[in-house]
Amino acid sequence: MSRKDYLSVLLSLLVKVSACITFSVLFFIVGFIFYKGIPHISADLFAWEYNSDNVSLTPALINTLLMVFLALMLSVPVGVSAAVYLTEYAKKRSRLVEIIRITTETLSGIPSIVYGLFGFLFFVTVLKWGISLISGVFTVSIMVLPLIMRTTEEALKAVPELYREGSYGLGAGKFRTVFSIIIPAAFPGILSGIILAVGRIVGETAALIYTSGTVAEIPSGKDFLFDSARTLSLHMYTLSSEGLYTNQAYATAAVLLVIVLLINRLSEKLAKRIMKGNGK
Amino acid sequence: MSKIVIDKLNLFYGKFQALYNISMNIRENEITALIGPSGCGKSTLLKTINRMNDLVPDCSISGRVLLDDEDIYGDIDVNQLRKRIGMVFQKPNPFPMSIYDNIAYGPRTHGIKSKVILDEIVENSLRKAAVWEEVRDRLKKSALSLSGGQQQRICIARALAVNPEVLLMDEPTSALDPVSTSKIEDLILDLKKNYTIVIVTHNMQQALRISDRTAFFLNGRLIEYDETEKLFSMPKDKRTEDYITGRFG
Amino acid sequence: MKKYKEKIFETVFLLAACISIICVMLICFFLFINGLPAIGKIGLKEFFTGTQWKPGDTPPLFGIFPMILGSILVTAGAVSIGAPVGVFAAVFLAKFCPEKILKWLKPAVDLLAGIPSVVYGFFGIVTIVPAVRNVFGGNGYSILTASILLGIMILPTVISVCTEAIKAVPESYYHGSLALGASHERSIFFAVLPAAKSGILASVILGTGRAVGETMAVIMVSGNQPRMPQGIVKGIRTLTANIVIEMGYAADLHREALFASGVVLFMFILVINLLFLLLKRRAGL
Repeated sequence: MSRKDYLSVLLSLLVKVSACITFSVLFFIVGFIFYKGIPHISADLFAWEYNSDNVSLTPALINTLLMVFLALMLSVPVGVSAAVYLTEYAKKRSRLVEIIRITTETLSGIPSIVYGLFGFLFFVTVLKWGISLISGVFTVSIMVLPLIMRTTEEALKAVPELYREGSYGLGAGKFRTVFSIIIPAAFPGILSGIILAVGRIVGETAALIYTSGTVAEIPSGKDFLFDSARTLSLHMYTLSSEGLYTNQAYATAAVLLVIVLLINRLSEKLAKRIMKGNGK
Repeated sequence: MSKIVIDKLNLFYGKFQALYNISMNIRENEITALIGPSGCGKSTLLKTINRMNDLVPDCSISGRVLLDDEDIYGDIDVNQLRKRIGMVFQKPNPFPMSIYDNIAYGPRTHGIKSKVILDEIVENSLRKAAVWEEVRDRLKKSALSLSGGQQQRICIARALAVNPEVLLMDEPTSALDPVSTSKIEDLILDLKKNYTIVIVTHNMQQALRISDRTAFFLNGRLIEYDETEKLFSMPKDKRTEDYITGRFG
Repeated sequence: MKKYKEKIFETVFLLAACISIICVMLICFFLFINGLPAIGKIGLKEFFTGTQWKPGDTPPLFGIFPMILGSILVTAGAVSIGAPVGVFAAVFLAKFCPEKILKWLKPAVDLLAGIPSVVYGFFGIVTIVPAVRNVFGGNGYSILTASILLGIMILPTVISVCTEAIKAVPESYYHGSLALGASHERSIFFAVLPAAKSGILASVILGTGRAVGETMAVIMVSGNQPRMPQGIVKGIRTLTANIVIEMGYAADLHREALFASGVVLFMFILVINLLFLLLKRRAGL
């Protein structure tokens, strides 16, 4: 037994109260939104076409999926290739690597609204793509690039040297080693990063308002890339600011939360897999 | 006079037994050395005396450890216990603060706020640890800026600052160079006058040089415990003899 | 032939890596080109210290000082709530939390980090706004509301960096303090935390950056009146909100002024991030 002095008791209390606050807030937010939102999830909400009666979220949902898919098509190859260069090819102390690291850290710190401004200036205006799906896709790809680079790098670094040595020892070239041995071994980690990026894209709003816009329709036709397309988060924002569709807003928020929760769980499960896989 | 009595002590980490039925008396104002090969339990026994083993999850004991006839595993304040029993670790671990703050940390923890008193305690402790002259002009500098040997003496001063009765030292010189080692051994011999000292050491010559009594451990058991000179010149147990003659490390 | 192929791939990877440099250069270039001239046209002093933002007037007034203050106040409020709670919660996770509960709490923090800002904003509208309205009167959309909401939003940011920093402190400090007779709590706060100073500060700075850059949630709960702050329970508009709200219909100089404020925001964030990186390096993280 140790009789504690007052200061120790106070410190212990502060620490526990803070933890309580943090986690009760989380549970409250999630619980509250589910409580108010799930009862209002109806078939109407998932109608194929949006109109002001059903305020369906389906077009927005499809747009979000489209955007995620397209953005990943851009950022994953670039991000993974860049990470491969940094870990497998670059000399350890090169000037270039330092610069790339600084720029990547800078990119990851830029707030979404600034990305939105840039996207508007460059993709919408200068490249004349207009407020469209493709402008949004490119803007968001740059946003998640640092995330994918960083997580891929960590996954690559975690691959044991033994694998590389084994492959080179058999006479395989660098590219073959990277492509056939290292990337597959790092795959769960890379995937976990990609999923994090998906979560980021799904939740993104400020960067998309003026790049991919607010039209609540699924882009179609041969020029679909140049149609404006509202994503789920933007839809959520519009609903709550219009203030007319409270129930549907709750329901939409609940759907968003479920998606985010699932993405989170998935990413974690994968991250755990690499830990087990490498025997750590 | 027995300062510390260890009575039929068994110690378990979960299911693994680390100490078997240890019984020994540690005398006041003497230096007792604990020797034995790696993993024999000597550090574990040391940490039992100031209950630092409590930090290891799943650690449990049976038997008793008495300090001045009081069972330290009974209903007592562990923090007060650790005030009475100081510890010096194998790797010097001064806090990342000034030398002054390092020494004053213990007294401050136990309620002393007056700057005048703290100044006095700091100076006395540093003098007792034979390092005052070297650091008196840079008390406000970080303790981490000192050499390994100096850092260890700072740690000793820090332990002395709370006025303990017992000093536990876990291989205090194994991370230091020979010159620092010799300085610290002289220091320990000097401290014996006022403190009861238990020292774990890998270095048999060190045990011979400074300790009054030596205990030899093997695989968690106390094999032999005697006056140092007797144990080293006429060991009673063959295993003790084998160890001190270097037949195994 | 094989060497030729290897070289090609290496170049491809190199180009991919350089894209991050290209992006930063592009972003800086376009923002500055479109924003800086406006500052020149409006006048440096008038732009930064002018207290009226009235783009519709004749002549239009483009003082962003109210928005700068708005951002500062909301951020300060958020950090004063989120930083202490976050740091203490991090101490809990790193040093006080039993293993069994930790398994659940760590993912919970990640979840908090993943909730989209619009959901936070919506939550703020339906819970915090009415609460503030009931206690303090007014319409509930205010600096206080935004500070509370943002404080919650930066918690996961602060917690994750802070826990890492605390865990990185060598156990020997903790043991040394305990051996001197200090309690568990004292040992953590007076021996371990001081060693994690840089990392803890870095976590707060990162949280600050997050709060400054937050847009959607702030728009939804802070009232958005483009005027000098009138009180903690009155509404204001931040730099970020200003851009989003008016971009839709701004033209010519008005639009350029918005870009300029975007540049100001950008510079501010860059400084904050630089500080964060320096501190992170100092903490050895």
